[in-house]
Amino acid sequence: MTLLEISTLKKHYGPVNAVDGVSLAIESGSRTAIVGPSGCGKTTLLRLIAGFEAPDGGTIRFDGGLIADARAQIPAHKRGVGIVSQDGALFPHLSVEQNIGFGLKDDGEDRTARIETLMDMVELDRAMLTRRPDQLSGGQQQRVALARALARRPRVILLDEPFSALDTGLRVATRKAVGSVLSAAGITTVLVTHDQAEALAFADQVVVMRAGRFAQVGTPREVYMRPNDAETAAFLGDAIVLDATLKDGRATTILGDIPVNANERSGSARILLRPEQFSILPAEGTGESAVTGTVVDLDFCGPSSELAIVPDAAPDFTVRLAMASRHLLEKGNRVSIEINGPAHVFP
Amino acid sequence: MTPISATASLTQPRPLRSFCLSWVSVIAVFFACLALVPLCFVLWATLATGYETAVALIFRPRVAGLLLNTVFLILLTVPACAVLAVALAFLTERTDLPGARLFAWLCVAPLAVPAFVHSYAWIGVWPGVNGLSAGVPISIVAYFPFLYLPVAAALRLLDPGLEDQAASLGLSPLSVFFRVVLPQLRLAILGGALLISLHLLSEYGLFAMIRFDTFTTAIIDQFQSTYNGVAANMLAVVLVLCCLVFLGLDAAIRGRRRYARLGSGVARRATVTRLGALRYPALLLPIVTCAFSLGIPALTLGHWLVAGGAAIWRFDAIGLALWQTLRICLIGGLATTAAAIPIAWLSVRRPSRQNRLVEGCYYLASAMPGVVVALALVTMTVKVATLYQTLATITFAYVIMFLPRALVSLRASIAQVPKELEQAAESLGRSPAQALLATTVRLAAPGAAAGLALSSLGIMNELTATQMLAPNGTRTLAMAFWALTSEIDYAGAAPYAVLMVVFSLPLTWLLYQQSKKIAGR
Repeated sequence: MTLLEISTLKKHYGPVNAVDGVSLAIESGSRTAIVGPSGCGKTTLLRLIAGFEAPDGGTIRFDGGLIADARAQIPAHKRGVGIVSQDGALFPHLSVEQNIGFGLKDDGEDRTARIETLMDMVELDRAMLTRRPDQLSGGQQQRVALARALARRPRVILLDEPFSALDTGLRVATRKAVGSVLSAAGITTVLVTHDQAEALAFADQVVVMRAGRFAQVGTPREVYMRPNDAETAAFLGDAIVLDATLKDGRATTILGDIPVNANERSGSARILLRPEQFSILPAEGTGESAVTGTVVDLDFCGPSSELAIVPDAAPDFTVRLAMASRHLLEKGNRVSIEINGPAHVFP
Repeated sequence: MTPISATASLTQPRPLRSFCLSWVSVIAVFFACLALVPLCFVLWATLATGYETAVALIFRPRVAGLLLNTVFLILLTVPACAVLAVALAFLTERTDLPGARLFAWLCVAPLAVPAFVHSYAWIGVWPGVNGLSAGVPISIVAYFPFLYLPVAAALRLLDPGLEDQAASLGLSPLSVFFRVVLPQLRLAILGGALLISLHLLSEYGLFAMIRFDTFTTAIIDQFQSTYNGVAANMLAVVLVLCCLVFLGLDAAIRGRRRYARLGSGVARRATVTRLGALRYPALLLPIVTCAFSLGIPALTLGHWLVAGGAAIWRFDAIGLALWQTLRICLIGGLATTAAAIPIAWLSVRRPSRQNRLVEGCYYLASAMPGVVVALALVTMTVKVATLYQTLATITFAYVIMFLPRALVSLRASIAQVPKELEQAAESLGRSPAQALLATTVRLAAPGAAAGLALSSLGIMNELTATQMLAPNGTRTLAMAFWALTSEIDYAGAAPYAVLMVVFSLPLTWLLYQQSKKIAGR
């Protein structure tokens, strides 16, 4: 069932189209991630859904009912949409307990019980209830912010880069914790982020946004494995894009003959390979048919190494990719290049 | 190549620096002790008077009446100022009010009009006004900018994300204001309210002109009739106690809470509240405020200037007063700024408990009303003929009274110079003193200039202490204005008032700009 439906939504600031006629359907109980470089309009889209901004065109429907178009909008405080922002936006003048209970109407025992349940949900010690926000760590602040948003039992929660202020280790742990809390509560979630790995790991549906438009919408695997264009491919991960001639499900390229995932296509096209499809081995001891090249640059980064390889077949082309530091390669080594699995053909 | 150890002794710089440092501390503590002289005088006066005389002089109907006047004045004025200032600050900073920028500046402009000129202006329009019913409205229009400035600055600094968050939690715009915005303005409101309370306690001219008795006016009456009365000293004791009560209240309410923005990242600009149908009706508030705070002074001064014509412009007298005023402002301002440098440097670079205590002494000393400072210095210097009514004594009084103005500007500008710059200069071969001169002193100069300007503004419009302490023959603009109005020569006084306003306006503009800069814009 579609809970949130956006159609041809537009918002501009002066001459800049921050959101340029986008449409999206969000299923009830699903997790959607909107990912894109900074300035692509993803935060504006979130603020339109929350009701902090009014659209210039298009509509937003919630559970089938219109909540915003260019003429009229239901104000933010009547939408029942929770939001957790980048820095948590905890009220500095209130304690943790008062922050969490901020949106609760009723006073008394119900309120205390509800706040304590919420503290348990986000796995915070109840002893922290009397603390001030500035006495909490970044991760704890985000948990309080989540509990505060959950307190009103919203049907949708918007997460505006809530993990980006946290350091790497804490970020993954907090993301997992938030994800499981929201799944357990069955709340529809929209995450906005510029971190593609976070988006892919978190969501059922990934929206890649660029310059106010949606470049692609799909499952994490779809958008990663079968991106619509080279730009999306490069945004979601390291990409090796090659010119190719297609025939009978195979592509002829400077890296040899590679199977592709589009049997019906023929003629010239561009194809995508991901680094994990490559096997780079020292050149000696491989068969004659293997494609060979020379390592022209190598940065050893511990578990992985950044390689730059010039294939023998195309001295002007450099393949750059990160590989597990399994073979003790050196700059100047001769290597064989093997490709596993089919390449993706850009439409 | 010569080894480094051969070119410089390794142990030399360290003792040199701690030597310099301790001298800065010594100077700061020395000035702090001097600044506390008036407070000590009050203590001494109480002890010297003796218990029975003191009780007889303090617990009498006259003192009770003055206390009642003071309490009513403050209880009526300060809350009204707070409501007015918050409403105006919200309208000018956070709504689409037409001409918001202009009104923001007009809300600060009344500071350029000395408080006693406000009274003079009201009497010009309504000759009969007097007492509490006149004192409260005049005090409101004269002093509300002291609350408007910090509240407007705080509003600009608030994180708009918090207001969005509150809205997403189901709060209507009105409850967002009362539950999220207003609590965060608390510190700004407290600070402004304290400043206004202290001004109300120490103001003389405003209340003397409308015949409203406060402790300050009563002390000066006593002083002028009996010259050196125990009665005046005992009134000063009660006045100082009032000040201490307000300082204590402020400290108690303020507490130790931190209201700063949490988290990192650049705050978005606050969203503008659309007033809709109220957009033009809302103009009524700033317009009416400006009509009273700026319109009435302009009307009265304009009236007397036209009525007086060329005859009131007696250039010899006016020229002399102007010259004397500028001279005393410059000397006082320079002395104040110089005296503030050691403690400003210490409070930024050596923020220890002891240094905070020393800094607190300066603030406490400046909270003493001008009349108490003057009374203390008169009583003490009258015994030393060489100091009585000299430039040195009055400069000293100004330093005590206006040092925090210079301190605030200096501290802000020193804080903006990262210590790393000084260290970089040292690593490039400058001695510590040279490094200080080439980096911090150079970069803090604008702050020092602002401090000089702000303390000079205070000195120019100061009347109470100047009257009691100025050397014989001195006649500043404020003194001349006061003398002429006392003789009911309102027309003759007008040019002096105009000059004070004209010289204060640029300084007020500076204050306005400074408050915007502190808010990061």
